[in-house]
Amino acid sequence: MRPIATTRAATGIATGKLAIWWVLASEVVIFGGLLASYVMHRLGHPEWADAAVHTNTWIGAINTFVLLSSSLTAVLAHQAAERGDGKKAARYLYYTIGGAATFIGVKSYEWWYEISHGYTITSNTFWAFYYSAAGLHALHVIAGAVIMFIVARDAAKNLELHRVELIGIYWHFVDIVWIFLFPLLYIAK
Amino acid sequence: MNDMSFWERIGHFFDDIGLIRIGSSYAGDIDFLIILVLVVVGVWFLAAELIFVYFIMRFRAKGDGRRADYIDGKNKRHKRWIFYPHLAVLVFDVLIVVVSFKVWNNVKMTLPDNPDAVIRVIGQQWAWTFQHPGVDGELDTADDIFTVDELHVENEKVYHFKLEATDVLHSFSVPVWRIKQDAIPGRSITGWFQPTVAGEFDVQCAEICGFGHGVMAARVMVETAEEHAAWVAANAPAVTAAATDANTPAPGS
Amino acid sequence: MVEPAVDLTHGHHHDDHADHGPKGWLKYVWSTDHKVIAMQYMFTGMFMALVGGFMAYVFRMQLAFPGIDVPGFGMVSPGEYNALVTNHGTIMIFWVAMPVLLAAFGNYLIPLMVGADDMVFPKVNRLSFQVFFVSTIVILASLVVEGGGFAGAWTAYPPLSADSTYNLTPLGSTLWVIGVGLEFVAFLLGGINFITTLMNSRAPGMRAFDVPIVVWMIVVASILFMLSVGPLLAGAIMLIFDQTIGTGFFNPATGGDPILWQHLFWFFGHPEVYVVLLPAMGVVIEIITTFARKKVFAYRTVIFTVVATGVLSFFVWAHHQFIAGIDPRMANIFTITTLLISVPIAELCFVYIATLYGGSITLNTPMLWALAFVAEFLIGGVTGIFLGAAGADIYFHDTYFVLAHFHYTFFPIAIIGTFAAVTYWFPKMFGKMMDDRLGKIHFWGTIIPFNLIFIPLFVLGMGGQHRRIYNYTHFPELALDWFQDMRVVATVSLLIMLAFQFVFFYNWYKTIRHGPKAPRNPWKANSLEWTTESPPPHGNWRPDEMPVVYRGPYEYSTTDREDDYWPQNEPSSRGSA
Repeated sequence: MRPIATTRAATGIATGKLAIWWVLASEVVIFGGLLASYVMHRLGHPEWADAAVHTNTWIGAINTFVLLSSSLTAVLAHQAAERGDGKKAARYLYYTIGGAATFIGVKSYEWWYEISHGYTITSNTFWAFYYSAAGLHALHVIAGAVIMFIVARDAAKNLELHRVELIGIYWHFVDIVWIFLFPLLYIAK
Repeated sequence: MNDMSFWERIGHFFDDIGLIRIGSSYAGDIDFLIILVLVVVGVWFLAAELIFVYFIMRFRAKGDGRRADYIDGKNKRHKRWIFYPHLAVLVFDVLIVVVSFKVWNNVKMTLPDNPDAVIRVIGQQWAWTFQHPGVDGELDTADDIFTVDELHVENEKVYHFKLEATDVLHSFSVPVWRIKQDAIPGRSITGWFQPTVAGEFDVQCAEICGFGHGVMAARVMVETAEEHAAWVAANAPAVTAAATDANTPAPGS
Repeated sequence: MVEPAVDLTHGHHHDDHADHGPKGWLKYVWSTDHKVIAMQYMFTGMFMALVGGFMAYVFRMQLAFPGIDVPGFGMVSPGEYNALVTNHGTIMIFWVAMPVLLAAFGNYLIPLMVGADDMVFPKVNRLSFQVFFVSTIVILASLVVEGGGFAGAWTAYPPLSADSTYNLTPLGSTLWVIGVGLEFVAFLLGGINFITTLMNSRAPGMRAFDVPIVVWMIVVASILFMLSVGPLLAGAIMLIFDQTIGTGFFNPATGGDPILWQHLFWFFGHPEVYVVLLPAMGVVIEIITTFARKKVFAYRTVIFTVVATGVLSFFVWAHHQFIAGIDPRMANIFTITTLLISVPIAELCFVYIATLYGGSITLNTPMLWALAFVAEFLIGGVTGIFLGAAGADIYFHDTYFVLAHFHYTFFPIAIIGTFAAVTYWFPKMFGKMMDDRLGKIHFWGTIIPFNLIFIPLFVLGMGGQHRRIYNYTHFPELALDWFQDMRVVATVSLLIMLAFQFVFFYNWYKTIRHGPKAPRNPWKANSLEWTTESPPPHGNWRPDEMPVVYRGPYEYSTTDREDDYWPQNEPSSRGSA
């Protein structure tokens, strides 16, 4: 039995959508705090550029492409859900999960390569920020993929189709965080 | 102390009532600021509390069937009772900000040129190390005098201090001088003071620094010129001509 | 707006739900009812208040009688002393003020006051408490692990907090950070519910400015929390990495910076003051309007002022760091912003006082607490001006003046505000009327000793006594006899205050056992929670009684009505003679 409270929309905006925006607001300040700390340090330590040259811009670029593509499939999933085509929405969500898996796979290889060359989280504070920021982002990718799987499973049965849009909003956020991380950690040498 | 101006007299209030001595050139300015704030907010505070208590007494329900007034505070005539007081708060804020700037700029933002001496203060768990210039009057020379938990300075002289820490945060605090500055590992922070009263005073660590924070006490000895010269002469390490390398100061006394 | 069709079998009584949920006491553990979750938060918070109060008792005894074998604890070592003050602060703010004021009353009041049957995400709400409960266990565990509890002050400044060779509490400090981090997550989850419930689930007819101020305050507080805690969560991750795997975010030797933590901490820490202050101020205005039978003075001004305070509170954080080694020019800027924030806060106090004007004031227990909040919080407010002025802070920073100042803000918030709220809503929460005479005894027995604890500490602070020192005999200037006498006065007052709390618990026990049954609306108040049964059933109202709102919550003593109150859900045709 759903409470009456959940059926109201005094603002005219669906409650789930409101909630996801507030979740993102609180996420923005988490990543904002981390990245602002990193940027302040980076400006104060020009020598970090020496560490940054060892990051692999090409791998970063590939992952950027992968994530952007997965955002596209998330949009297509939303469109399908709007039309009430749960099966198609689920299929696009599975593509998005595939993108997430590719991203994590590439990231794992990249980290394995870097760690095996001696660039670990404790090497210096640049690497500490590199692994912490990208790691926190990767956790969001994994969590998003898991939730997306649950949403997709329901969507395939044409249940809770409004959630397709919500997970899509979240996924765009994860994407945008990466758009900030990529230049800050990879391009700025 | 009859040569003090009226304003200095006010700044001397805490010393006069025996609460805390004034021992440095700027301690009186800081106390003056505190007393200014005390008076300004004190008046506001008393006024607010008095009106508050008066309203409670005046408007108590007495069981005579009197009803409360219906005032929604929406029209200008009512709102001005809030508007003007809060404008006044703003004016007094500006007054406090101006005086605070003056004090802060003097104590923390300007460094008097040509100090009479420079000392180094090093906080570590859980003691203070003080590095005094030796006979030559220069810091970081071989005849520097190192002491633990005992700072020796000459009265009325202007000192610069370089504040450092070796492990965690500490805070160099001498209440009678009204000076307080955190010490940060990896940095050297420069500040200044000018003692004005001879005697022996507390140095505290004012930032929690672990198990022994509560025993991280030191003393500062403010000495007359003769006493201080005698102390330096008695404690300066013997220096051979070969050993004047600035980077290898021998720990003294 | 049309109320959606509802299932009429939906929740008249708790019993209706027992057969499709867990049975027995588990029903309460797994309940998604906002009222049950509110109780869970409240009782956990009250239990933690006892823990934090016990800590205060132990270290105050040590301060008044150095080296004493404290009854119930034993000798206090310097390390234990530091751990006690650290966790007293942590617990009182994160495990008492926040769960009781924000979470318990937020959970209890928001759905009832906006006329909803529950929060919009009941399961998220339950999860919020479960995470909070785990955090409670973690923080309590951190006290008893090998090496003892974290002892680096509740601000946890690195490098002391980041390196166990410095703090000597390898397990305690990591558990402390994990506990605090989990607590933040719990309140983020709760906050989403608070905000969205207010935004979307208001009763038909309830416009934004018909919402009781306490709900506004709690929601603004939740928004402040959400927008300020993120950087500190990021900081907590960095701190845990520094502690456990040896990164050097805060270690200057590896390119890190200890001051970074201070910025992250206080960027959260200052808004946090308003996070707990606003709910208390909201509670107080509800009580004042009810027992003065007055409309709140300038409702919209209050709301805009609160929002202004919230925005300003993001720009004052560095006033905690004037002498911490930040750029001294920053201190001047933050002096301006800090003194500026006194304007909206003063304005709120003026509004509260103005609301009393022309009232018909009944001084019962909840009203006494509410009025005491205003009277005492004023002291906390004005003493903040000393510390906000950077020039004066050079001397006062980290002295007992600071300590007395923030206790004059946090005690009114967390203790006075809580007692005001509990005594006011007790009839609604538990369906019984509390004993007013016992309530007043408890009130005076708490308020008078409270002032006698902290006024001496103001004087000690002005005399140069700094904080977090387990024994002042090492500092000749602080070991003076009259200083020690004042410490004894403060400690004895604390003992008296703690003793009087038994009156409150006795009153609670007696009321539950023998108290008279509470009617629906014992105080003749207007807001929606008083229109349902006491205590409200599952679902808050019978489905056919779900309220519809016709006016704001403060229509007391309107001129054209016989009654001096006008419930929000009463149609205008009735009674407007």
